[in-house]
Amino acid sequence: MTTMEVAGVSVERDPEGFLVDPSQWTREAGAEIARQEGIPELTERHWMVVAFMRERYLTTGTAPSIRTLGRESGVPVKELYQLFPKGPAKLAAKIGGIPKPRGCI
Amino acid sequence: MTDLIDDAIDLEHRLAPEPIQKVSIVISKGSLEGIYPGLIMANGARMEGIEADLFFTFFALDALRKDRVDKIKVATVGNPGMHLPSLIGVLPGMSWLATRMMSRQLEKLDIPPIHEFLELIHDSGGHIYGCHATVEMFGLKEEDFIPEVDGILTVGEFYDRSAGGQIIFT
Repeated sequence: MTTMEVAGVSVERDPEGFLVDPSQWTREAGAEIARQEGIPELTERHWMVVAFMRERYLTTGTAPSIRTLGRESGVPVKELYQLFPKGPAKLAAKIGGIPKPRGCI
Repeated sequence: MTDLIDDAIDLEHRLAPEPIQKVSIVISKGSLEGIYPGLIMANGARMEGIEADLFFTFFALDALRKDRVDKIKVATVGNPGMHLPSLIGVLPGMSWLATRMMSRQLEKLDIPPIHEFLELIHDSGGHIYGCHATVEMFGLKEEDFIPEVDGILTVGEFYDRSAGGQIIFT
């Protein structure tokens, strides 16, 4: 477990870098995690995906599948992988401050 | 003391196995339960940022055929996993019924039907290939295949493409 300090707020992260408590999340923390993951600047499209992931997790308790992400986030699958080449669902969850998605799809 | 700990962490990092960068998955069986595992593994690889190639050979080639991709069925005979006596498995409609039940279950888990799954893997940057020998054996042509197919490869070409990756046979 590590603590990250962003803009005067500290957030707890698990060994893989996911936030331990989604309520500690801030936009600034998300942007900082993105930089660490090799995305220097989050665009409007990145934020759309991150916001969708976060909202889905907070309302249903589970992160959406890549299929649902492609169908319902407003960003198609091809573009999801252009925005997050190292894995859209995993990265958007990390940036959005929610736990690592556990599904196989 | 901190130096020692830093050294230990450094050593651990250097000894840790390299993460998998690339997988080449061969799918050789033409039943529903023969095709899905390879698709799930390929999609799962892409979700982790791992490169993924799919190579369909023998009866699995049905998954790439326009006229067959939506007609793939669960094997109800010779499949001990069904826990169904073979004599019942041969009855007309059993395979249809088992397929329908399994497809519903997959849909509940948000696992798409085979053609949509192939489209998803294709859009995710995974590559889809057919086996050249099988295509010749069944006398198939380019227009027989779904548009997500990236090409038809010989075994040699498949090994070329798989360089530096892990090969998984299903």
